[in-house]
Amino acid sequence: MRILGLSAYYHDAACALIVDGRIEFAAQQERFTRRKHDPGFPHEAIRACLRTTGVRPAEIDLVAFYDKPFLKFERLLETYLAFAPRGFTSFRQALPLWLKEKLFQKSLLVKELKATDADVDWLPKLLFSEHHLSHAASAFFPSPFERAAVLTMDGVGEWTTTSLALGQGSDLKVIREIHFPHSLGLLYSAFTYYTGFKVNSGEYKVMGLAPYGEPRYVDRIKQHLIDIKEDGSFRLNLDYFDYCTGLTMTNGRFDALFDGPPRKPERRLAQREMDLAASIQAVTEEVVLKLARAVAKETGERNLCLAGGVALNCVANGKLLKQGWFDKLWLQPAAGDAGGAVGAALCAAHLYKDQPRLRAGAADAMRGSYLGTSYRQSEIERRLAAAGAHFETLDDEAIIERCAAALAEGKALGWHQGRMEFGPRALGGRSILGDARSPTMQKMLNLKVKYRESFRPFAPSVLREDVAEWFDLDEDSPYMLLVADVLDRHRIRMSEEQERLFGIDRLNVPRSSIPAVTHVDYSARIQTVHPDTNPRYHALISRFKAMTGCPVIVNTSFNVRGEPIVESPEDAFRCFMGTEIERLAVGNCFLRKEDQDPALKQRYEGRFDLD
Amino acid sequence: MSFLGELWQFLRARKKFWLLPIIVVMLLMGGLLILAEGSAVAPFIYTLF
Repeated sequence: MRILGLSAYYHDAACALIVDGRIEFAAQQERFTRRKHDPGFPHEAIRACLRTTGVRPAEIDLVAFYDKPFLKFERLLETYLAFAPRGFTSFRQALPLWLKEKLFQKSLLVKELKATDADVDWLPKLLFSEHHLSHAASAFFPSPFERAAVLTMDGVGEWTTTSLALGQGSDLKVIREIHFPHSLGLLYSAFTYYTGFKVNSGEYKVMGLAPYGEPRYVDRIKQHLIDIKEDGSFRLNLDYFDYCTGLTMTNGRFDALFDGPPRKPERRLAQREMDLAASIQAVTEEVVLKLARAVAKETGERNLCLAGGVALNCVANGKLLKQGWFDKLWLQPAAGDAGGAVGAALCAAHLYKDQPRLRAGAADAMRGSYLGTSYRQSEIERRLAAAGAHFETLDDEAIIERCAAALAEGKALGWHQGRMEFGPRALGGRSILGDARSPTMQKMLNLKVKYRESFRPFAPSVLREDVAEWFDLDEDSPYMLLVADVLDRHRIRMSEEQERLFGIDRLNVPRSSIPAVTHVDYSARIQTVHPDTNPRYHALISRFKAMTGCPVIVNTSFNVRGEPIVESPEDAFRCFMGTEIERLAVGNCFLRKEDQDPALKQRYEGRFDLD
Repeated sequence: MSFLGELWQFLRARKKFWLLPIIVVMLLMGGLLILAEGSAVAPFIYTLF
């Protein structure tokens, strides 16, 4: 049975294809349209899916959409009703959109699917799964567990903002929910907005900024904004938020509580923003930990799966793992709404069609999340040549050797290999790599390659077999969703003078022998690299280790700020020519910047809307 | 027409018939707004809608 899962119309549109219970393809629409968080119907992603898998539209048995529009409309109406007459401005803008499009999503979906194949009768194939059930399914069914508790947390779906489900075999039941407007995701987003970042994409930045600050607003947040119960359930005080009725996240009372208006985007970051980030991060961690502890106590389960946007908060995840309430933790790599496409399709397979769940032994079913498009060597060569690139074609061994040597020389390396990753992280399929030992690498990558804020940390890729030698972690973290500290023996103690530095001034102080991936609090967002899911990437780091003695490299997504991660060889070449990346490996093609036609250089900075 | 049938089924399943008059009023108001403004642009910084 072939089931197409879809997420669309809000943000992060994506499609996924499940064939007889196995995830064959998953990709986000933004990678193809080159528009970050593209919410549009994923036509291009579906076309790529059919091309990659060889499945014809007529062979698709079911199409599962990741949320229920009527339920969402119900929430919308009841919210406006509860707050009326406040909220008329927002109502006036939202309603026409619903009446023109969103309320008729079923027919809209059928119309869009007809563009894929007009001869197929799509209507009887169409199913809808609840938003948080889709998240829960995306977290449990691909996990390596026979049974587990499943916690989902995000901004909001239809009504639900937080849910607890129990999964066993091919069954999954939601047993607890917290409903809108009480939302941990929206609380975090309110601070994202208030600290001057873009809601729904700047949350990572708040998390990255937190270690520069002191959590001195925690009491104020807990006293005025959120009432956290012992079991982790919570209620927000809506007097301070504007999202139910207005066009912003926070209101004047929120400003008064935190002594001033929101920071204007792109203005200089002050200590206040860092302290706010540290505070909301601490409160979020408290809620997540209390929820998880209650889940462990109530269900007695030894495994926990997480999904929903809040599950991308890898700092909270790392702390959760350390508590020991659960033996194992599994995180859906596409924890945001894109992953809902996988979840909806899995719901259709296991909960609607009662298909048995495929288990791959100890491994999970996301297969390293390498579920997107890939290009054959001949096609790569043809495409690069057509783009005007000058390249050498090397054999498998030589490409590893040249790339490892480039990294050891401190070069920034573009790495476009195999299938594209599904989810917001680049995991060694579409990555920019660098030497983690270099004290200048973080600044160089941030300012000259990624064109992004200098405070933002980079993540390490480390060989799975060596992770415990470098970090306070001895678990698989293939999806870069766990944060752990660099081990003491690799740290560099700060001098008394350095200890006195505050906030962003601490950035330039090397903290360990791998400074490019060590955050100011000695933490790192770790990706463990496994030979069974990405043998070529594993071989590269192994060769780098043989040359340098270090099994850790910098891995950041292959894009600039505001740009979706590259998809095709042409995207990779464009980004290479628009930034100061010095070497590029696409399949077995190796490119050096100095060999390229200078006329093909382009001004890449500023080409994309800032995120 | 199938839309109205589905809406009815939805209200029945959710036991929310009290929403019906509100939906009718809102549909009318929404219709007027569409006529008055002519365009439907996604509002807001966070896509709650």
